[in-house]
Amino acid sequence: MAKFEGYKDIYVFVEQRNGVIANVGYELISEARKLVASIPSMGFQVVGVLLGHNIKDQAKDVIAHGADKVIVCDHELLEGYSTQFYADALTQIIEEFKPDSFLTGATVLGRDLAPRVAARLDAGLTADATKIEIDLTKVEDGEALLLVTRPTFGGNLFGTIVCPNTRPQMATIRPNVFGMDPADESRTGEIVEFAPKFEDTDAKVVVKEEIKKVVEGIDITKCDILVGAGRGAEGCLDMVKAVAEELGGAMCASRAVVEDGFADKDVQVGQTGKTVRPSLYIACGISGACQHVAGMDKSDMIIAINRDPQADIFSIANMGFVGDVNEILPLLKEEIIAAKKA
Amino acid sequence: MKIIVLVKQVPDSTEIRVDKVTGTLIRAGVPSIINPDDLAGVEEALKIKETTPDVKVTVVSMGPPQAKDMLKELYARGVDECVLISDRAFAGADTCATSSTLAAAIEKIGYDFIIAGRQAIDGDTAQVGPQTAERLNIPQVTYVDQFIKVTEDKLTVRKSLEETEEIIEVKLPCLLTTLSGMNTPRYMNCNDIVDSFSKEVKVMTFADLDIPKEKVGLAGSPTKVHKTFTKDVTAETETYDLPAEEAAKLIAKTLKEKQIITK
Amino acid sequence: MDFMLTEQHKMMKKLFVEFAEKDVKPLAAEIDEEERFPRENVEKMRECKMLGIPYPRKYGGAGADYLSYILAVEEISKKCGTTGVVLSAHTSLGTWPIFQFGTEEQKEKYLPDLCTGKKLAAFGLTEPNAGTDAAGQQTTAVKDGDDYILNGTKIFITNAGEADVYIIFAMTDKTKGTHGISAFIVEKGMPGFSIGLHEKKLGIRGSATSELIFNNVRLSKDHLLGQEGKGFKIAMMTLDGGRIGIAAQALGIAQGAIDEVVPYVKSRKQFGRAISKFQNTQFQLADMQVKVDAARLLVYQAAMAKENGLPYSYYAAEAKLFASEVAMEVTTKAIQLMGGYGYTRDYPVERMFRDAKITEIYEGTSEVQRMVVSGQMLK
Repeated sequence: MAKFEGYKDIYVFVEQRNGVIANVGYELISEARKLVASIPSMGFQVVGVLLGHNIKDQAKDVIAHGADKVIVCDHELLEGYSTQFYADALTQIIEEFKPDSFLTGATVLGRDLAPRVAARLDAGLTADATKIEIDLTKVEDGEALLLVTRPTFGGNLFGTIVCPNTRPQMATIRPNVFGMDPADESRTGEIVEFAPKFEDTDAKVVVKEEIKKVVEGIDITKCDILVGAGRGAEGCLDMVKAVAEELGGAMCASRAVVEDGFADKDVQVGQTGKTVRPSLYIACGISGACQHVAGMDKSDMIIAINRDPQADIFSIANMGFVGDVNEILPLLKEEIIAAKKA
Repeated sequence: MKIIVLVKQVPDSTEIRVDKVTGTLIRAGVPSIINPDDLAGVEEALKIKETTPDVKVTVVSMGPPQAKDMLKELYARGVDECVLISDRAFAGADTCATSSTLAAAIEKIGYDFIIAGRQAIDGDTAQVGPQTAERLNIPQVTYVDQFIKVTEDKLTVRKSLEETEEIIEVKLPCLLTTLSGMNTPRYMNCNDIVDSFSKEVKVMTFADLDIPKEKVGLAGSPTKVHKTFTKDVTAETETYDLPAEEAAKLIAKTLKEKQIITK
Repeated sequence: MDFMLTEQHKMMKKLFVEFAEKDVKPLAAEIDEEERFPRENVEKMRECKMLGIPYPRKYGGAGADYLSYILAVEEISKKCGTTGVVLSAHTSLGTWPIFQFGTEEQKEKYLPDLCTGKKLAAFGLTEPNAGTDAAGQQTTAVKDGDDYILNGTKIFITNAGEADVYIIFAMTDKTKGTHGISAFIVEKGMPGFSIGLHEKKLGIRGSATSELIFNNVRLSKDHLLGQEGKGFKIAMMTLDGGRIGIAAQALGIAQGAIDEVVPYVKSRKQFGRAISKFQNTQFQLADMQVKVDAARLLVYQAAMAKENGLPYSYYAAEAKLFASEVAMEVTTKAIQLMGGYGYTRDYPVERMFRDAKITEIYEGTSEVQRMVVSGQMLK
């Protein structure tokens, strides 16, 4: 006998804008498949929820990416994203279909919509998760309790959050945390159309204009991953930049590199530059003079690559590599690409 | 026009370090600060007050009695009124219970619109703003990075999305969530510091709100903390002298293990 | 070490620390290097209502106390001695004489603009031939009907050219010696008033230090500050108060140098260990901090004496003498601890060392302070 009568399956909100489905929805479906597979006795399905206008055709794609069922809610008021109409429709879907869990991408849209819906339902919502499991010890009692792990305190502490007394169990999950399985066009599934009832069709929020963001210079003090270039890396700055980009971070530099004219003052780290404290700092060809170290020694993890085994940087690095950055960096770039695919 | 700004006192997470031996958070000596996204909201409200006649800025915070000090500092920045919602009954609230409590207090205080910071740097949930708007049954615009126009019945704001920005009109009453970085919050000033010592922080307790007990605190919180842990830290410094291929492999492997390389 | 500080002082200090860290510090090296007046900092101080801290609200001030103002000078000077002296000269040398000796009309005319920072103030006493011997004034103000005609030159004037209001001392009756000196309020832009040579200095290089030249400047009698012949007393009393500001500047510079050197010695390694592990470093640091803390007690004591209406000339002299000499000693040691790096402009201690020197000289040299202190003892 299930603890929460009538609640079943893992639902995933499939975010789309202008008819283009964001990857995060498929990442969550792929992860939901794994979760469902870990509790075969529950007989759960993975259900995609697709809201929009003229988007019915996309439902097949959601199935191809791993959904067993897709609930399509096609309505002209859902054409562009609106907190008001999306929250109304989604709440009705949840009330009608009673999902055991409901996952949403932690995008700007997801973080706007999910809390609103959770509050209306008085459901528990865990924000910005990086890991999801099911408590297997509870399965024999007929309960699929989600263990949702998320970083707090600026990433210094992790908390695992549960919703033991309410359904659905809701969570938003950061994009790019989970891998996305390739589409399998041969998959089949059920497509259910749902017609929402809007009590108030007067839009309280109106988007007047949409503007593409202009990308400006990078603020290295806000970067979570930095690859620093010292004089030893002046010959391979492109490679330093490439490694930084592969890791989703940015390049910064020591004073010497800036004064030699190879990098902008904006990206200088150290006593006379900026102080940074990223999660990861890779010091390439940096000797570790006080001047530089003062600006980066609070980084959570420091990896140093330097030819000189006596370089001071090794005394503050968590991992030090004696070697030539010109040789190691191109190989590292390839390894990172390979690791991403693995 | 009455603007309410929701603020939270938080530990300065950039000052929190992990003890590399025990793997626990070092909280001692970590200063409390006004949450940055909230402070940006206070600054926007004060800017609107400077350019719009008859604006009253009320700051509302929910927290322990110590949060009064932070609210005094907001008086010293020029806000008109500070309200602290504080009661043992509210302890252990998740965003669901917090938003119910805030909404109950806000109903009592009255408002034309509400500004909340997008998210707090301790919890990082970004949920209290939208959930408070839901409880009050008013529209919301999240991720606002610019106020363009304020009139008696509507606001024009800019919302910052992943790759685009939207110019949005929203009818009052409404709730907006603001982003730090949209402005440089003003400092306290000497005159308002002096005056802040003759101003009271108004305290609202459970008894002052029309809200059932089961909606607040731990009882009103559907989410529970199952466990907490700190991320692994490398305690030791290790230096390797390896061929380039192996060095590159080891770095990539380590980054993968630490979830720095994802996907 | 803040047993003297009330909750209000602590909140003030929090503002000053934040302002110094976020605005003053990033600009300090640049204004020194370029010998440029820190207008950005003055504008920010105006926004924070820091330019009239100890003056009543009715004149546009913050209505706080003298110690609050001293805390401002101290915290700012930790990061930039130049900005510290701009605030000090404006508040205690330029504005205070009007507040203390001005008529109600003069107060209402000048104080609101000065206290809100709309205008800056300066003080002109020193002349080429009248330094420590201030009685040797050669600037003259000769009566012409109801007016005075001002002629002469002042030198080494802080905030010269940047200030809009100047307190100027001149002989109205040469036969009476110090009793023949009178004080005047002179405004920028008056016909015949010009700014002369800009001094190139060792330290506080962003501070505007120039000559003031008066060539037949006609002053109506409402520009006379206090009674005719009381100028010398006004000057001496003003300098007594100004000294507490300079003492706070010296205190800030000294503590600022320690604040730079401590993290350095912890990270700098020689002979395989951080130099903070060497007993010489430890003992040097201890001596430096003990002296700075002692200086702080003297400075706060002088500020409180002034605030409480007690005679403060003696306390002010003690505080300035000790704090300025400690600043010189501590900045010298700070460079020594940092070695070659400390001597370079990559680190701020060499600037602090250069900035410290002036605190032993202006607003009464250390020798003058010793005269004041011993004079009181031997009275």
